[in-house]
Amino acid sequence: MSLAELICPAGTPAALRTAVDAGADAVYCGFQDATNARNFPGLNFTPEELEASVAHAHAKATKVLLALNTYPPAGKVDLWRQAADTGARLGVDAFIVADMGVADYIARTHPDKRLHLSVQAAASSPEAIRYYCENFGVRRVVLPRILTIPEIRQIRKEIPCEIETFIFGNHGLMVEGRCSLTNYLTGQSTNMDGVCSPASDVEYLRHEDGSMSSQLAGFTIDRFSPDEKAGYPTICKGRYTAPHRSEGYYAFEEPISLNLSRLLPELIDAGVHAFKIEGRQRSKSYVRGVVSAFRQAVDDIRAGREARIADLVALTEGQKQTQGAFETRKWR
Amino acid sequence: MTSDTVLSRRPGLPGQGAVAQLACTLVQPLLSRVVRRIAAAHPSLFARLGPHQTTDFLIDPVELPFALHLRPDPLALVFRAVPRHAVPQVGATIRGRFMLLLELVDSEEDGDAAFFSRDLEVTGDTEAVVRLRNALDDVDGSIAEETASMFGAPGRTILARMRRAYANEPKGHATR
Repeated sequence: MSLAELICPAGTPAALRTAVDAGADAVYCGFQDATNARNFPGLNFTPEELEASVAHAHAKATKVLLALNTYPPAGKVDLWRQAADTGARLGVDAFIVADMGVADYIARTHPDKRLHLSVQAAASSPEAIRYYCENFGVRRVVLPRILTIPEIRQIRKEIPCEIETFIFGNHGLMVEGRCSLTNYLTGQSTNMDGVCSPASDVEYLRHEDGSMSSQLAGFTIDRFSPDEKAGYPTICKGRYTAPHRSEGYYAFEEPISLNLSRLLPELIDAGVHAFKIEGRQRSKSYVRGVVSAFRQAVDDIRAGREARIADLVALTEGQKQTQGAFETRKWR
Repeated sequence: MTSDTVLSRRPGLPGQGAVAQLACTLVQPLLSRVVRRIAAAHPSLFARLGPHQTTDFLIDPVELPFALHLRPDPLALVFRAVPRHAVPQVGATIRGRFMLLLELVDSEEDGDAAFFSRDLEVTGDTEAVVRLRNALDDVDGSIAEETASMFGAPGRTILARMRRAYANEPKGHATR
């Protein structure tokens, strides 16, 4: 059986401590800049905060993974290199990277550090994954959320590194690391600035009938009726009209969250080494609830018991959840 | 960007008259004391607010007869009760049931989940709200319990009762 490590989100030092207390095997976090894909206002760590957080986590036998999973603009690599040097100096256990240049720098400069390939690299074939392993020494790949469990099982047989899969949270199916929808409207890049739907460009409007519309850079991307659950203000989950669809419809994706709690045994059996919980932008309440729930479920499975599955739907986007492509490629 | 104060005064919310003014006058000493205590105990909170230390927020508990005006400027803190007919021009408005707002301050509830369920309504400068949320979320311990403890055992008892009552309330669409 694989270790089935729980990899948990930490947007702030307090969230990191919450994740550690809730039973995380590892936490992942980022600096307060464009080097990570959750470069949100008021979120993330200063170097001083990371140093104290690494000490706290290590004292409780929890690993710290530093996300450097954005792409430096051409010729502007210094910020990413400095972040890698700082992370190595502070003793993080691994770097989560997407860009080959960043991976190469860390592999050459800090060869003792583990490299994990971010989902932002969108490596979903054995050939692509092997390329990163052979050239940069990648030890683990975070798979995109587009593969079925049989496909994951097959990939595991053909690659020399560990596999990490998302099990809960944002259900992003765009070709990750390549999505330019935010850039198209706001001029800021999800992949280079680390901001999908930057808050500075988001506005919510309440209408007299009780409905609410969400706007990005002045463009309405959804309108929720008074009794309707809401989702994130991302273009990929917006509702649009089209010449063939006069009623607004979800053209790309629906506001819905991934929840694979019922598939954990199958994922372990398929050879998945680590389970990732999405949500560095979420609160300590979310971290506490989700990490505790999956800690219990994984411990049950390890002990040979039937997993107790907590109801997490209240924490899901649009208060809806799916097993997505992991269950069937027919999803959507 | 400024929050739409016309919406803040929308009909149906309590607190439009003299009773609201009286309520504001009565709670103001408490609010001033609370905010000074929290600011002194959690100075790191202000760093995460960044440029929004000087943004004006309207915190609007829908069932109370007044709203709360917050400007989290460490050099000139403002936290005051305002009648809904006299709310100032603000950068952002955060609206929901009082206990939900209190539980959000303490990270006992998740802000995104409350937004998804429509229990929480945000208008105006979204970045300011996100910064405030993240700043509060990085506070260890319970601001609500610290506040209740300022009033000794009776304060803690009242808070516990309010939390029990809130836990049994139906959730969803509380801002309409």
